[in-house]
Amino acid sequence: MTRISKLQVNGKFYPIDAESETSLLSILRDQLDLTGCKYGCGEGQCGACTVLIDGNPRRSCITPVGAAAPKQITTIEGLAADGRLHPLQEAFLEEGAMQCAYCTSGMIMSGVALLRSKPSPSDSEIVQFMQGNICRCGVYPRIVAAIQRAAKSSKEPRR
Amino acid sequence: MSDNRLLPTSLEPVSEKTRELALEKVPETVIEIERYELSAPSAYHFALDRREFFRILGAGVLIFGVLKNAAAFQESGAARRPSAESMPKAIAAWLHIGENGLVTVYTGKVEVGQNIRTSLSQAVAEELHVSPIQIKMVMGDTKLTPFDMGTFGSRTTPTMNLQLRKVAAAAHDLLIGLAAKNWQVDPKGLTVADGKITEPQSNRAVTYAELVKGRELSEAIPAEDPLTPARQWTIDGQSVPKIEGRDFVTGAHRYPCDQKLPGMLHGKVLRPSSFGAQLASADTGEAEKIPGVTVVRDDNFIGITAPSAELASRALATIRAEWKSASGPTSPSNVSNKDVFDYLKKNPIEEKGREGSRHQVGSVEQGFAAADQRLKQTYTVAYIAHCPLEPRAALAQWSGDSLTAWTGTQRPFGVRTELAEAFRIPEDHVRVLMPDMGSGYGGKHTGEAAVEAARLARAAKQPVKLVWTREEEFTWAYFRPAGVIEVSSGVRSDGTISAWEFHNYNSGPSGIRTYYDIPNQSIEFHQTRYPLRQGSYRGLAATANHFARESHMDELAHSVKMDPLEFRLKNLKDERLRAVFEAAAKKIGWGGAKTLNHGFGIAGGFEKGGNVATCVEVTTGRAKADQARSEVKVIRVVTAFECGAIVNPDHLRTQIEGANIMGLGGALFEAIDFADGRILNAKFSKYRVPRFSDTPLVETVLLDRKDIPSAGAGETPIVGLAPAIGNAIFDATGVRLRSLPMVPDGLNRA
Repeated sequence: MTRISKLQVNGKFYPIDAESETSLLSILRDQLDLTGCKYGCGEGQCGACTVLIDGNPRRSCITPVGAAAPKQITTIEGLAADGRLHPLQEAFLEEGAMQCAYCTSGMIMSGVALLRSKPSPSDSEIVQFMQGNICRCGVYPRIVAAIQRAAKSSKEPRR
Repeated sequence: MSDNRLLPTSLEPVSEKTRELALEKVPETVIEIERYELSAPSAYHFALDRREFFRILGAGVLIFGVLKNAAAFQESGAARRPSAESMPKAIAAWLHIGENGLVTVYTGKVEVGQNIRTSLSQAVAEELHVSPIQIKMVMGDTKLTPFDMGTFGSRTTPTMNLQLRKVAAAAHDLLIGLAAKNWQVDPKGLTVADGKITEPQSNRAVTYAELVKGRELSEAIPAEDPLTPARQWTIDGQSVPKIEGRDFVTGAHRYPCDQKLPGMLHGKVLRPSSFGAQLASADTGEAEKIPGVTVVRDDNFIGITAPSAELASRALATIRAEWKSASGPTSPSNVSNKDVFDYLKKNPIEEKGREGSRHQVGSVEQGFAAADQRLKQTYTVAYIAHCPLEPRAALAQWSGDSLTAWTGTQRPFGVRTELAEAFRIPEDHVRVLMPDMGSGYGGKHTGEAAVEAARLARAAKQPVKLVWTREEEFTWAYFRPAGVIEVSSGVRSDGTISAWEFHNYNSGPSGIRTYYDIPNQSIEFHQTRYPLRQGSYRGLAATANHFARESHMDELAHSVKMDPLEFRLKNLKDERLRAVFEAAAKKIGWGGAKTLNHGFGIAGGFEKGGNVATCVEVTTGRAKADQARSEVKVIRVVTAFECGAIVNPDHLRTQIEGANIMGLGGALFEAIDFADGRILNAKFSKYRVPRFSDTPLVETVLLDRKDIPSAGAGETPIVGLAPAIGNAIFDATGVRLRSLPMVPDGLNRA
């Protein structure tokens, strides 16, 4: 089995030691202590573990670390730049789009991916894109509002 | 109206025995459905050692909120025992103002997403005249905070909020008194803002920090100080944003599953093949050969520790175990979701000494005789799962025979008891800490993960973290009880209800009484044997009882050809409940024009101090996949809610929105499938929860009653949704649905 020895996360290279089949989520959480991405189901059904791999939203719980290793990974911890929150993070706070907030990291990462591919989504496009993310507290309407707010925000950085 | 005399009397804490009893045999000790909400440990004697407090917390001002009768303040449970054993003096909360001016509040309540960290901060800020962000809340740490039964039953706002306000008000008065004494002026002439006391005449000012410097002042107060009336609130009553919100959008917040210690190992536990199964044999040889892996065996318990969770899982998978299943001809393990309702009806438990469980008014026989029409219907609710997005998780660490556990639970003190019992150590050797967790909804009253992690940590002599998988959470936690409810009623042709007979089997007694004015009533909760481990849930039995009652009300209205809203109001005197019905109806445009395949429904009720009315609009378009079936879609929900004086309007709205959206699942499609002592749909790919596309437009109408003490709001808004949907489906199609979930596979058009 191939061993993976480094990972590029949030613009930095980290030395790791893992078999390539190990889930990216467990490496991020247990080896790199990036606990913003969450375990929710282990089968790619809830979206709590969503990270960006080369800009695309991926469920890290079902992504082998070997498949992610050569690529650029972004986690919730890497979203704010120089202490300045990403507009979608700001929008989540402004809309109060969270209760227990366990799903929030995954929601924001999915939302960021959506806004990058579609800077002005309609409500139904948001619903369709976010369908794979579960919020058991039921703040869906506020998440839609937060994504719309971020979309309208002129601060949206092009990164 | 939520009459506590109907509630069971058992007060024993939950233990691992619960599961066995529920699954294996006829319970010798009756396992109460609502025990989670009511369980209390033996009376708690708190040693008040002032010097010790100052040693830990530092100099300053310290205020204790002392309860005359802990039970009366803590939980409605006390009302069930009118001749009550007198509880010893107990402390609800304490508050410390340090020499740096920092205000720290200590409460045993916990934050699970309901935003009480924010609302309780507001309460203290209101009385102490500081900003909410200057307040640090220490919550649910059994070493640092006073005993608390748990965070459930929508009790935080009516109890802890009030207690903290009183404690803060006392601190405020003490500080004002200090300043007045220093300046030799009348305290009444002093004003306070932002933690600074000012004497307007001389313009002298002093901050709290300056005042408390070098002092060690403590005061134990009865909860009787005058409080700021709701009409004069400036911080309470405002939409203060979620405290520490930034930590949640940056991923910085550490949930129970994110806790970490140096040298920490990861744990996994081998689960039985079915509920109640006993271990016959196990070959752990292969696991033991894996470097870094340790196998821990203790009777039926087999666990693994390993340096990573991945490795622990892999080692676990190598264990070959034989289990002896619990099934026998009379075992509840033989029951499946297909025959559970029949089972509940046929397996009542004798209710010795529970005469109080029947509520009687007048004579239903006479009521039926006086009726022009009679109606008898049966309603059922399925077992459903809480599905907190963060599964059970714990990190345990031993130091000698002292144990510390960080875990997600609504009852940190209850988990402390569980741990003390499991390891036969005194409770004061156990410390449980509860980092703000990934929700509970009544589903995390127990401490399974903490017990398991602690067992493994003791064997490994290193800290061990254990996080349940989603499948474990679905299978080995507990469920909202299934139930059967039979309603018989009589109505006169003028729309007056003359008789009301209501029998609930197993789903629970909360919200069982009717708030309609009916002269003849017989209402009873029947305890039964049951096949799955069951416990609390958001709204618990009130959802089932409201579903049956409010569906039946709709059926009665149609039977006498009256508008369902008009029919309800005709039989309802309670002004608060009438007000929410009218507000919801007005907002949705009740009685207006209707398009094809659209239907409107209304339902409402009273529970835990809150009044709710819910109106929904549904559409029933033809399902794409199956032309013989309709797809029911809830497109709009209007909830009018009144819970006294509103503490935080935006957080109240989000609770109402969330309750409705979570409630869609149980109303429309959520159900646990089980057979042969196994859960058959223990995954999100097999158990459907509401998602973005299920979400209707949710509108809230808040009725702010500043003249009424604030009640909790996390649960009650859920109870009106399911019956309102059922009533709307009937309005659209003429099909009456009497089982929750109503349309797991769409609506049969035939």
